[in-house]
Order: sequence, then C-alpha cells, then structure tokens
Amino acid sequence: MPNLKSPVALEQLRNHIMTRRPPEQITVSVCGGTGCHAYKCEDVAAALRQELACHPGGRDVVMKVTGCHGLCERGPLMVIHPQGIFYQRVKPGDVPEIVAETVFGGRFIDRLLYTGPGMDAAALREDDIPFYRKQQRLIFGNNGLIDPTSIEDYMAIGGYSSLAKALFAMKPADVIEEIKVSGLRGRGGAGFPTGLKWEMCASAVAHDGARYVICNADEGDPGAYMDRSLLEGNPHSVIEGMIIGAYAVGAGTGYVYVRHEYPLALKNLRTALIQAERYGLLGDNILGSRFNFRIRISVGGGAFVCGEETALLFSIEGKPGNPRQRPPFPARQGLFGKPTVLNNVETWANVPVITGLGGPWYARLGTRNSKGTKIFSLVGKINNTGLVEVPMGITLREIVFDIGGGIPGGKGFKAVQTGGPSGGCLPESLLDLPVDFDRLIEAGSIMGSGGMIVMDGETCMVDVARYFTHFLTEESCGKCVPCREGLDRMLDILTDITEGRGRPEDIELLQELGEAIKSASLCALGRTAPNPVLSTLRYFRDEYDAHIRGGRCPAGVCKALISCSIDTARCNGCGLCARECPQVAITGEKKQAHVIDQGQCTRCGLCKDLCKFDAVVIS
Amino acid sequence: MDLIKLTINDIPVEVPKGYTLLQAAEVAGVYLPTLCYHPNLSTYGGCRLCLVEVEGMRRLTTACTTPAGEGNVVKTNTPQIQRLRRNIVELILSEHPHACFTCERRDRCGPMDICLRNVAVTERCVTCPKNGRCEFKEVVNYIGFDESNLPYAYKGLRVETDGTFFDRDFNLCVLCGRCVRACQEIRGSGAIAFNFRGPEAVVGTAFNNPLGDVGCQYCGACVDVCPTGALTEHGNRFAGPVDSIATTVCPYCGVGCQLDLEIRNGKVSNVVAANGPANKGQACVKGKFGLAEVVHHPQRLTAPLVRRNGGFAEVTWTEALEYVADNLKKYGSEQVATIVSAKCTNEDNYVIQKLARAVLGSNNVDHCARLCDAPNLVGLTMSFGSGAMTNAIEEIGDASCIISMGSNTTAAHPVVWLQINRAVKKGAKLIVINPREIDLCQKADLWLQQHPGTDVALLMGMMRVIVDEGLADQEFINARCENYEAFLESLKNFDLDSVETMTGVAKADIVEAARAYATQKPSTFLSCSMTQSSHGTDNVLAVANLAMLTGNVGKPSTGVNVLRGQNNVQGACDMGGLPDVYTAYQSVAEPSVQKKFEEAWGVKLNPNVGLSLSEMMAAALEGNIKAMYLVGENPVLSDPDAKHVKEALEKLEFFVVQDIFLTETAELADVVLPAACFAEKDGTFTNTERRVQRVRKAVDPPGEAKDDWWIASEVAKRMGGKGFEYAGPEQIMEEITGLTPSYGGISYERLERETVQWPCPTPEHGGTRDLHVGTFVRGKGKFVPLEFKSPAETPDEEYPLLLTTERSRFHFHTSTMTGRVKGLKKLGSEEYVEINPADAEKLGIEDDGWVKVVSRRGEVKARAKSSMATPVGVVTMTFHFAACPTNTLTNTALDPVAKIPELKIASVKVEKLTDSG
Repeated sequence: MPNLKSPVALEQLRNHIMTRRPPEQITVSVCGGTGCHAYKCEDVAAALRQELACHPGGRDVVMKVTGCHGLCERGPLMVIHPQGIFYQRVKPGDVPEIVAETVFGGRFIDRLLYTGPGMDAAALREDDIPFYRKQQRLIFGNNGLIDPTSIEDYMAIGGYSSLAKALFAMKPADVIEEIKVSGLRGRGGAGFPTGLKWEMCASAVAHDGARYVICNADEGDPGAYMDRSLLEGNPHSVIEGMIIGAYAVGAGTGYVYVRHEYPLALKNLRTALIQAERYGLLGDNILGSRFNFRIRISVGGGAFVCGEETALLFSIEGKPGNPRQRPPFPARQGLFGKPTVLNNVETWANVPVITGLGGPWYARLGTRNSKGTKIFSLVGKINNTGLVEVPMGITLREIVFDIGGGIPGGKGFKAVQTGGPSGGCLPESLLDLPVDFDRLIEAGSIMGSGGMIVMDGETCMVDVARYFTHFLTEESCGKCVPCREGLDRMLDILTDITEGRGRPEDIELLQELGEAIKSASLCALGRTAPNPVLSTLRYFRDEYDAHIRGGRCPAGVCKALISCSIDTARCNGCGLCARECPQVAITGEKKQAHVIDQGQCTRCGLCKDLCKFDAVVIS
Repeated sequence: MDLIKLTINDIPVEVPKGYTLLQAAEVAGVYLPTLCYHPNLSTYGGCRLCLVEVEGMRRLTTACTTPAGEGNVVKTNTPQIQRLRRNIVELILSEHPHACFTCERRDRCGPMDICLRNVAVTERCVTCPKNGRCEFKEVVNYIGFDESNLPYAYKGLRVETDGTFFDRDFNLCVLCGRCVRACQEIRGSGAIAFNFRGPEAVVGTAFNNPLGDVGCQYCGACVDVCPTGALTEHGNRFAGPVDSIATTVCPYCGVGCQLDLEIRNGKVSNVVAANGPANKGQACVKGKFGLAEVVHHPQRLTAPLVRRNGGFAEVTWTEALEYVADNLKKYGSEQVATIVSAKCTNEDNYVIQKLARAVLGSNNVDHCARLCDAPNLVGLTMSFGSGAMTNAIEEIGDASCIISMGSNTTAAHPVVWLQINRAVKKGAKLIVINPREIDLCQKADLWLQQHPGTDVALLMGMMRVIVDEGLADQEFINARCENYEAFLESLKNFDLDSVETMTGVAKADIVEAARAYATQKPSTFLSCSMTQSSHGTDNVLAVANLAMLTGNVGKPSTGVNVLRGQNNVQGACDMGGLPDVYTAYQSVAEPSVQKKFEEAWGVKLNPNVGLSLSEMMAAALEGNIKAMYLVGENPVLSDPDAKHVKEALEKLEFFVVQDIFLTETAELADVVLPAACFAEKDGTFTNTERRVQRVRKAVDPPGEAKDDWWIASEVAKRMGGKGFEYAGPEQIMEEITGLTPSYGGISYERLERETVQWPCPTPEHGGTRDLHVGTFVRGKGKFVPLEFKSPAETPDEEYPLLLTTERSRFHFHTSTMTGRVKGLKKLGSEEYVEINPADAEKLGIEDDGWVKVVSRRGEVKARAKSSMATPVGVVTMTFHFAACPTNTLTNTALDPVAKIPELKIASVKVEKLTDSG
C-alpha cells in the first residue's frame, strides 16, 4: 500500500480503484451484520463462495460480506448488483438456485423477494420496500455497499475525501464553524451541540498542548445496536470523522472506547486502523499536511455506566468507571486532565458527511433544533425489527407503522419507549409526536442513543417500569445516594405492586422518588433512570391503579395477579396442555374439558401458548 | 491573589480564585450539609446533600465540586433543595438503623434504659457505637426527619468485630467514600475500595481478604474520617459523647503529629489525628491506636520505689527525694552522669540539665541523640552551621525529586511517607537508596541497593557524575560555598568503575540517580539512620556536599532533611541535653556563654566538656562514673553491646531512674521515680523540622506520678540548688527563652495560636521554615573532602554474615510503650531474624525455626524468617523486644567526631537451633 503524501495522491488512488470497478460488474453482497449473523448468514456466505468457485463464470463475480443492511427481521439478506435485487431469508440451500437463476440468468426468485402487509406485489429492490422507502440513509446506507475490511471499498464511495478537504481547504476553525452551522447535536443521548463542544475544547488551555478526541462506542442499551453496526459495517467513516475532529480541535491522540462484547466491531476497527495507518491517513504528517494523529483502542468491560462520559474517561485512565460531577466539563478537563472531545460513534460518522457536503446542506435536514438524520434500533413487538435511519422530525407513527410495519399478531400498539432503558414510554396518543431532541424531553422521554422498543397490547406497563428499573438499579455505579438508594427503593415498590402488595400511597411515593432522583443524581444515568416509571405513571396511571386498587394486571402479565383457567366451552380435551404443563397442574379425561389446579399452577402461560382452541383464559 | 465576588443567599462574599462554592459558603457563614465532603480529601460529589442553585446553570450542582465563579448568584436553601435533601436523607435512612434520629427520647436515653419501643436490631439508637458523635446525625438534625414511607432495606451484613483495632459495621455505612479516598489518596495504601456496584456497593478489601493481607497499615485514617458508626475504634465503642478534647503532640517519633485526645470519665478513651502543620490530619498506627492503652496501663509506675533487701519498696515522695539528694551529694562532679530524655518535654529537659550543670556541677549530660542523631548535628554544623533539618515536612510533597537514603520511611516515619506519596502522585522522581528492599522501594522510580557501609562511596560517585557532566550548580557554589577545590580533589578517587565495585550499584543507576537529583529541581534529600556508623559524620557530610553541589539547599522543597527518631530529640538537644553545649548549642567552653549562664543561674559552672553517652558507659564500667541520674531511657536495650551496658549500670554505686514504666533499665536502679507521661503534663515538644508545639495535659497522672521537671526541681532544691522554684512549665519556658536565642520569640501565649519553627529570636519574628536561605548559618557552606572508610567490622570466616538493625512499623524503640498495646503486640509479637532465602538454605534454616545469632560481643536467640528484602550475606533484626536484646550483638565502635556507635553493622554468625532453649 502506498503511503499517501498528498490529497492528489489520494484522488489518484481512488481513480485507480474505480477503473477496476466497471458499473456492470456483478456483485453479490451478503449481509454480515449482527442480526443476520444470528440467522447464520456465514453459512449462506460459505455456500455462495463455494458455488461461485464451482461455476465457470464465478471468477468474474465479486462477492462481499457487508455490514448490517437494517432489515434484520428478514435476515439473512442478500443484494445482487448491478440490478440491486434484494433477497431475504436466504438459506444456504437457496444459493445454487440464486447463482444459476439470478446471478447468471438474470431472473429473480419470487419466494426470496420481500412481501409485506399492505403490499400489492413483491418488492424487487430495497427501494421498493416500505421499510426502506421512508428512511433517509445518509450514514447507514453505505453499510450495504462496502466490505468493512476493505479501505478501497470505502475510498470507492468517496471515503477520506472529506478529510482531504478539511486538511487542505479548511482551517481548524472553519471545520468547527461548519459543524456549528450544520446544527449537529451529539447522538449519544444528551444532544449537546457538537460544534460548541469542539469549540470549547479547542479554546481550552492545555499546558503541554495535549488534547484528545474520543469515540464513545460503549453502546449499552439493551436491544440497541446501531453504533455496533456502524463500527462493524463502516469503521472508516468513524475514523475519518475522528481525524477531522482531531484536526479541528488540535488533538494528537484519539481513543475508541469499545465494549468487549463487540468482538466483530473490534476486529473490523483494528483492521481499519491498520489500513488507515498504512495509507498514511493516520500517524505523522497525514496526507502531507503536517498534521499528526493516532487512534488507540480501549476495550471496556461492559458496564452500562461507562457510556457516561466522565466514567468512560476514568475507565480509559484505568480507574473504576464511576462518573464525576461536572463542571469541569471534559472539553476543558477530560482524559488525563486534558481538554477532550468525546462524541459517540454516530456523531463521528456524521462528520465526514457534513465536512463533505457542507454545514448548510446538512442543516436543511430535520427540524429547527434537531438537524440531520438519526439511526434507531427498532425492536420489540414490531413486524420489521431492524435498524432505521430517518430524518429528524419524522413522527413516531411513521417509524412504527410505515417503516416498522406495525405490530405483529394484530395485538395493537400500546407504547413505544425511546432512548433505551432510561427512556420514557410514550402512548398511542403521542404517536404523531415528531422525533426531535426537545419534543421527546417535553413528552417525558429522551432521544437517547436511539433505542426504540415497541410494546403491544399484551404488555403490562407496570411490569415494564419494574423491568427497566431493575436493569438500571443493577447498572447504577453506586456512587451517589439518589441513584443508588432511590432506584433500589423504587424497585422494591414496583416489585410490591406487581406482586400484589401495592399500597395506594405508593404512587405518590414513586412520583416523589422519581422527581428526586431526576433532580439530585450525579450523572445522566441517574437523572434519566426514573423516566420509565415517571412516563408510565403519566400515561398509564390506570394500570397502576388496577394493580394496586383492583388487584389485577390488565395485560395478564404479573403472575401474582392473574389466574389461568380453562374455558370448558372451548376445550375439546385434546390433552396437549396437560402433557406439557411443567407443574402437572392440568387434569382431565380425554375429550373432556380439562381443569387447572390453581394451587399447583405457576401461571407460566405455556398452556395458553400451546392451546390451539384459545381455551385457556387468563384473568 | 485573584479574588472572586459572588453572593450566597444574598450575602456578598469575596473568595480567592479556585475556591469551591462550599468553601465560599463557609466564608459567608452559610451552613451546607455534607457527608462525603472532607477538607483533607479530594471532592467526590456523591452524597448530593450540598446541592445548590446557581443562577444560569441548567441544573442544581454540588457546592463541594463546583468552583466559585465571578458574579455567581447562589441559593442554598430553596424549598426545592430542602425537599431534595429530605428525600436524600430519607433514602439513606431507609437502610440505616435510625431510631437514633427519630425517637423522641433519643437525647435522654442511656445505654441500659428500658425502651418503650420494641427495639429490633434495625432500630438501634443508643446502641450505635458512634451515638453522640455521629456526623450524619448533625446533618439529619439540620434537614429534619420524622417518619418515612419508604420500604425498609436493612443490609444485614455481618458486623466485623474481629479487627485488630477497629470494628467495621457496613450496615451503618453511608458509602460516602471518605475512608476509601483517605486510604487511596492520602495514605497510598489502597487497602480498601468499593466492592460491587449500585445498591450492592460496599467498602471492602480485594476479594474480602483480611485487612492485614491487603496492605493495610492500620493507620486508622479511615476510622478518623468515617462520619457514622461504620468504623469505630475498639476503645471507642458505645462510648457516647466525649467530655473534652485535649490537642497535643504524639510522643512516638519525631514527626510531631498533633493528636486530639478524647477524654471521657477522666481517661483518654480515644485518639484522633488533628490537623497539625506536620501531619495534616493524619497519624500512624502507633499514634492512633498505641497511646490510650499506654497512658492507662496497669503497669504504670504510681509511687516512688527504693531498693531494699533486694527488692523495691514503695516510699513517699519526701522519703524518695531526700534519699536521692543525700546519695547524690556524696559524689564529686566528675563522678556523676545525667541522661536526659528525648521523650520528655523541653521544659523537663531544661530543668534536668540545669540540675546536672548547676547542682551536680557536671557537663556529663547526654541522651539517646548520641545513638542516632549526633552525626547530623556535628556534620551539618560543619557544613552548614546548623545541625537541624533544613526544611519543613510539608515541603517534601512539592519536591520534583526525592532521595530517601537510610530511611525506612513507611515504617519509621509513616506520616512523612504521606508527603513522599503526595510528591510521587504529582510525578516526582523517587530514588531509594537502601541495602534492604524496604516497602518504599515498591513506590520508587529507582532503587539503589548499595552494600551496607558504602554510603560515602555511592554519594561521592554520584557527585563525580554531576561534576563530570557539568550538572553542578556553579553559580550557587561560587556565591555561597567554600573549600570547593579541595573537595573536587577528593572526588578523584571515586571514578564510576571503583564506585560500582565498592558499592555494588550498577554504574547506569548511579548516573541516573545523579542526573535526576541534579536536574529535576527542587530535589530534596531524606535520611535517617545512615548516621549509625563508625563514619556516620562522613555520611552526613557527603549528603551536605551533594546538596550544595547542586544548589539544593536554602530553597523550598530542597535541603538535607534528617528525620529525627524521637518525639523530642530535637528539643532535648536544643535544651542542652548534650555534654558540650547549653541551650541552643551555646558552647560550655565559651567564657562569655559560661558567664551568661552563671549570671542567670547564680552559680559557678564547669567549663569542661562532659562525657558522651557511650563514654559514660565505659567510664561506669571502669569505675570512674559512680552515680547516674537517668530519665526516660532504656539503654539496656537501646545501646550497643548491651551486655557491657548492663554490667556498667550494675557497677554504679547509685543509680536513679525516672520513668513511666519499670523498664529493663529501671530494674537495675536504686531508686525509681514515677513520672507523668505526655498526656498528663503541659509543656512543649520540638519536632524534627524544628517546630515547637504545645503538649497539653489531658488527664491526671496515675497515683503519685509527677512531672519530670517537678521531680528534678525537688531533687535540686534538696541539694541546695537555687532557682528551681517553678510554678509550672510556662514559667520554665520563660526562663528558657531568655537564655536561648533561637527560642527567643516563643511564648505559651503564642503557642496557643500557632506553632513556631526555630530560629525565632523575637516575638515579632515569624519563625523559620527553611534554613540557610540566602546565606548559610555559618556564613559560607563548607565542602568537606571525603574518603572511603570501611565499617569497623567486616564479615570474616568466623562471623560470615553482616547484621543490620531495623524498625517495625508497629513498635517504637525498645517498645516500652508499644509493647504494652494489645493490638500492636498482636501485629509484632516477637523478634524475627530476617535472612535471605539463599543464606537460609545454606544454613538449613526454616521459617519460624529457632536460630542463634552470635557476634563477638554476645548472642541472642530468635525465630528466623526468610525474605528477599534482606540481601544475601546480611541478616536483619529489630531491637524492640526484651526477650531478644539485639543490641547484645552490636558494635560499640565509635565515630571519631560524633561518637555514635556503629549500630547498623556488626559481623555475626547464625546457627540453627532445635528449639527455643
């Protein structure tokens, strides 16, 4: 690999790469993202590799294992270019047919095409699928186009040209100005204006001139995997963003803080760093600009709280990951006491786009105070589980129903939680709320780093609040009183309510505790932790009342408050439930209505799931 | 200084830049409740009680962490904040037993009162070990707390009562983290930390191992900062409020830690480190846990004893004093020797040496400084003009390079180590020079392991490097020093190759140490027992040369800092407890001085220099000294060649000992006079950094025990002495200051307000933190040419090993005091002969097996312990234990100038024994 000594050399290299990639080139991309991985996409890839090797024309076909395409629900996914044919739920057994029919025959296979509710015909390409149609995949779209282990792939789509522009056409202050104009706000959750943060850092006094930039890849929200997928699928976009940021604030060293649970992200990131160093895009005298910058990787142990910036800094320093009170803000006094810019993966990935296309261009996307796009991880009771990138200001309804395809099983929408475990649960009445930093906070939730959990009609909101409070209690570092003790007491109360020991005064108590934890906690973990409780109290108060005063769980979830019985009119005595009941609590003669022994029943709900006649009633 | 203006609750205040809002509130007189905040520790922001509202800030912020800003408008007690504080307190109390806050009888109830409530373990009130002294309670009382609706969550943790000195009950812990910060930040031990997280978080050790296994120094800093009953000293459990507190000075080593003695029912029940200038709120295990038991020990002497029919008989004071006076009268002035005490106050020592000089008529006055500090006094006086430690302890923490040579600082002066720790944390380079791998080596950047006895060669080698590499501070040398050329000449013998051969230290290390000390200024030099050598004065002179060569003297955080061993060894020397000088080192041979003292004391004085301690013992053995008056020392264990010391003392015709316990030495006396200990008297101690501090009476002496100055005065009066009619120590101090130029500006009235570092000639003088600023005390600093001398004894075929002596962290000197403390005895129960595993294997010695150590002078028996800390060819012992009098083995070979014996090096052989017999 040549060490690129100038922006011209970079451009020449890109042209050289492009000349070897004619537009008519047949390329088969297999999604290698987290979701598809769970569906054993590597078997599909192996089958494809083998099939192409056997095929006489196989040498002319380019095969790529790419990062996440987003529609994880339908994995493993495959896209065949130049036509852009999109196959879903591909099994290794389908591969010979795909190669014969589609790759070389130009015909598509109907059963592998996407169909969904409300569609007249199967979709041939990504763009035809409603899931993708409403998205604006500014950052995430490139995942499907490149092999994350190939820097040439990234260069082929224009990678590192923004860096060249920043280094040679802009002064550091210009870069900061561009970011400020773009209106980019931190994608990690708090939504602090990125340009402002950079400016604070660049103007901070550093006695020995040392400054740092840090990429926060400690994505800890359960069910959220957008940062992971970005690092896995397009690590160079993050690296390019960090180099531009380092240039803007004058940092010489960068850290990427990744949790060890992300082995693929780590592997691809390491590969990408080595490649960038070999091309002279990292190290001394980058592209001949006299700017020096290196990136190191710091592997985290996986504590949720280490995503909090001050805790993360301590963790990199080798100290316990406990947050500290700000000020001083890290931009002034961060890693090893030096001015430090800390942004999350998605924020960094936005930087090359803004630098390349300009702040004003970017500022046209989104709402007045929330610009650009945001990637969400859409999970829970939703048809199209996956990663979606939408412009700011899109409504929750559009995300849940148009993109997400609505709730499976016709069970009806109940709530959506935005912002990860410490986000609020928003009810149906707020579905038309535009997704934007400030509007979400007004509604009692947060943008967070982009987790979005959809809940259906069979979800008990008290139980949800208890679940998330439990998660946050366990993840509290224990340093400050409100978070450590407050969450634990809230959990005690919520557990009591879900187990039928609720007291009428508990609601007031939860409210008061929640407010206290919110106002008095040291870090963002504690300050947002009461959101699940406070939002459910605000929007689903009736469910709390039903538990406490009525002694029942309307959604039929809280075991202490429900009972399972068999509707004798519907039961035909097939005996399936009796055979499978782990407690042997069901008895009955063949072809006679069965009975559940309430003393033995643990209300596990297995009988209800098994019964083909809907005869098991939960009340 | 930049000042910042702000208002707190509409009160305008001005504070220096860098103050936090909490400090500003203190200035404004506004109370803020806190739990995790402690002025000596880094800020934490965990308890959230000091939340305040600052106009313009998005959220409430903790006052303890937020720097005050220009124009800040701060509100500390809005209804919202007060409500949040109540919430927080309620949350803490939801898992903290809290009847002590809510019971309406809480301030009237006694421990054994029958309670109307059904008191469960969760509801302990008066049974809290900190009842009456709980900081948390103050906070709760301010915020107000009545009933709570919260579910109760008692932690149910086992109360750890099996600790050596303190209980740990983490059910009462509020996780403020003070103990953890004290242990990690200040003490540098890191023995405790938070285990687990969230609601499970608990303070503990690694893997819950016992404290002793995780590096705990038992300093008690954690206990001192604990705001609740979670950490409680054994002696302090369930003790209730204190009756009074006496702030005084620790009587162990020379650091001079100020201590608060907590008094209940007329007894010292607990000791807490006070915020003194030398110790900054810290103490060590001996000061914290090794005093209360000593003061009230049942073996304290309570009545005068006179030897009758082979035993001691209790007599009245009149009888005893007359007996002493009558007997002392029998001897000529050259037949009597007086040993003053480095443990007694300045006032005591002044009166005792006055008794010796003005009444007994003899300059045969000395004390244990001879055994540790004399070369410092002699050497530094030759080089600089003053034998005292040049700089202040608190400056060590600001040095950029520290050399610690011949000082096992973490064990012998633990509180000085805290300053080293502070410097190291700030990035200072620490160089340890020691033949043994002491604990300090672990923290050092560089450890030079020289052969014992080769200190001069090593230091000269370093100086040769500094000169050869052009790193000498020529400007300083030219302007402020003399005799440089002669010194340079003497350096010629110390080329690196020879020095490496002589010392066993690699050339590269010598060079690195030399460069660091010469270039990373300010550099400071700490030393202690490199003096205990037959060329101890040369060692000290070498250090002085090094400091002058690099200009590291007469400036802050530099200097030659010789750490004194005893609490008042500096003061005992200052008071003239030496054979050649009156107070403040005024020579007895100088006619004008003699005249001054003759006029003041109204008697003729002897102009002949007296005998030193070692010479006294020799003279007693020869029969030239026939009577001895000894105060607060234990030469039978502490002096070299103990067998001869004992013989000498036994040979005395009349021997008076004045002490607080019947020591091994007192057992040989004809009369034993019971003295008051430090906690029972007023006076002053002068610590290692020349700081004069007040010692305050906390409790009455036991039985008939009396102040040392009183006893000496009574003896003097009965012998016809004039000028001994003292009303008390304050009056004695007035006499001292009149005769002692360096103490001229000191008065009790002043010492109530501050401590003073001498020289302080006038009441207007602010005292002297650093000596030799601008000019040396003697005018020009004098370089002294040096040559290498071997120790008096070197290992040979018959005695192949080298014995060096050491101190344990848990004992002091001959353990007259520490040996009477249960916990300290547990931690250091008996003497061990530490031997390198290679030597142990060669001799077939196993750990804990009995061995006999034999020197040319005697033999002792002890158990062996193999350790890599002791190099091959060396064995290490302490001299703390009477059962194994190590000083039986040591050498009396004297330094020709300072007359210190070679306590650190003796040739021995070690033999394996089958049992202790």
